[in-house]
Amino acid sequence: MPSLKITNLQYVWPEAKVPTIDIPELQVERKDSVFLQGASGSGKSTLLGLLAGTLKATGGTLEILGTDLTSLSPRQRDRFRAEHIGIVFQQFNLIPFLTVLGNLQLAARFVNQSGQAAERRARELLESLRLDPDILDRRADRLSVGQQQRVAIARALINEPEMLLADEPTSALDSEARDLFMQLLMSVREATDCTLIFASHDGSLARYFDSSLVLSEVNRSAHKEVIGA
Amino acid sequence: MLEVAFNSLRSRRGSVMLTLASLTISMAIVIGVEHIRAQAENSFVRTVSGVDLLVGARTSQINLLLYSVFRIGNATNNITWQSYEDITARPEVAWSIPFSLGDSHRGYRVLGTDSQYFEHFRYGDEQPLRFSDGEPFTHPLHAVIGSEVARALEYQVGQEVVLSHGIGSTSFVNHDNLPFTITGVLATTGTPVDRTVHVSLQGIEAIHLGWQNGVQVARLSPDRSDPGLTELEPTQITALLLGLESPMAVFGLQRAINNYPSEALSAILPGVALGELWQIIGTLENLLSVISILVLTASLLGLSTMLLSSLRERRRELALYRAIGARPSFILWLIELEAFAMVSIAALFGYLVVVAGVSLTQGWLSENFALVIEAWPSTPGIWLYMGGSILAGVLLTLIPATLAYFRSLGHALQSL
Repeated sequence: MPSLKITNLQYVWPEAKVPTIDIPELQVERKDSVFLQGASGSGKSTLLGLLAGTLKATGGTLEILGTDLTSLSPRQRDRFRAEHIGIVFQQFNLIPFLTVLGNLQLAARFVNQSGQAAERRARELLESLRLDPDILDRRADRLSVGQQQRVAIARALINEPEMLLADEPTSALDSEARDLFMQLLMSVREATDCTLIFASHDGSLARYFDSSLVLSEVNRSAHKEVIGA
Repeated sequence: MLEVAFNSLRSRRGSVMLTLASLTISMAIVIGVEHIRAQAENSFVRTVSGVDLLVGARTSQINLLLYSVFRIGNATNNITWQSYEDITARPEVAWSIPFSLGDSHRGYRVLGTDSQYFEHFRYGDEQPLRFSDGEPFTHPLHAVIGSEVARALEYQVGQEVVLSHGIGSTSFVNHDNLPFTITGVLATTGTPVDRTVHVSLQGIEAIHLGWQNGVQVARLSPDRSDPGLTELEPTQITALLLGLESPMAVFGLQRAINNYPSEALSAILPGVALGELWQIIGTLENLLSVISILVLTASLLGLSTMLLSSLRERRRELALYRAIGARPSFILWLIELEAFAMVSIAALFGYLVVVAGVSLTQGWLSENFALVIEAWPSTPGIWLYMGGSILAGVLLTLIPATLAYFRSLGHALQSL
């Protein structure tokens, strides 16, 4: 069973005429790491929204781990996201006024994981991300950007998801921090066996991944737009 | 969620504190107005009870009530002693308490009466008068003081006091030829009784010997021990409180007194007059209530506005909750919880502000306005107002909360 299977996926924003996403076929195998290269405006955020289930496809099917997200109710999609999908953003990954532990426990609560279990797992994750466990009690907005992004990986993995989505997680980091982030991300991913879909405009990161895709090549609508322009 | 809401409010301290202050003030106004209204009404209707008819010279029933029971203002005319005796002798009458007003002691009214007063006068829920110290007067130059008089002037049983003519707090004419001895102090009643100096009718007559029509024409100084003092017969009194053998007789006797041939008299039902008087004051009370509710509404709208404008700065925070698996309803409840917490805290603070305010002004209010107010409001009306305010706050907050809910329904995953 593939980790991700897309067939004729379409998404049209309300009041838009042409679909932003129109992908005839796309498949990602389990435990693969895929680099998804896309410039801003190529429908990257929309696609990630569909994968995460905050958006509902207007056509086609989108199967993650064998579950067709298009057939789920909004409530079921929220639950599915909490249980099976971890997300790392470019920035603002953490609730600024909560502690690191508070952030991790909040994510864990959406799958009814207990506070203690979450804390145990949080300590493991922080260790493998080479973060001092003392930062658990620090407020998220007191951390450096590099630390915040690493805590974001821990937050994304706290519920042991099978799929990790990353949206430009390195673009706020300097090159040194970026290399460290990528190394840690790849090693933690390997250790946890989850599928990784990593979206970025920066093609130089492709070397870390098993395979890479260019969004404008998979997404017919972006292709059309380019031609149209 | 509680932790999230608490920390989220703390992270926006500035606007939260200001909103909380505004809510607290308006809650205090609402609670304070309702509390004072309830207390005033309570102490008002408690002033006199168990009296079937109140009789005075012909006047409006509110005026009669004011000068006799509340000791506010002056009687327009007096009742002759003859009329008093006639009415008291009627078979329907079980007991009668004469009131003779017009003198004062350091701003406190002096009431001339007789032993019937201590036996039959009732206030509140038919409570009789009790002595906290001493006993009723037995001599014309004995006085019994209310608890407020005793407290404010630090009087004790055995002390001598001089009464003044007229009712100002500083009188130029003192009845200093005949000082009175305090024989008793009454327990607190929360009524005008507390602010009254009670003496016998003979005492009133004694200090007015040599007076005609309110002017001292001769300075007579009867001896304190003169046995003739006890035989002095009053010529007139100010008002008369009647208890009847049967309540059925009230209207018949009232009519008889109102048509009393030799003098123009009014007999009124104290309960009816109290109700009528309260209605007049009640209009003002209602106006105050309406204003306080409007102030509260403005504050609650302010809370709603604050939460609404915070949605913009919290856009990424709210999107993040969704990204990590929160349902849109989580966001709705989060905002509702924040509002609920703020209104509840404001209600609590407002309540405490009222308690503190009343505690500080209690003495002053009872001295100057005869308002005896409990420090801790606990009437059902107060709880209703507090609960209603919290509910109204939660309902008004549905505006920003549902807006946030719908905004979070569908959006792309964006790392803004």
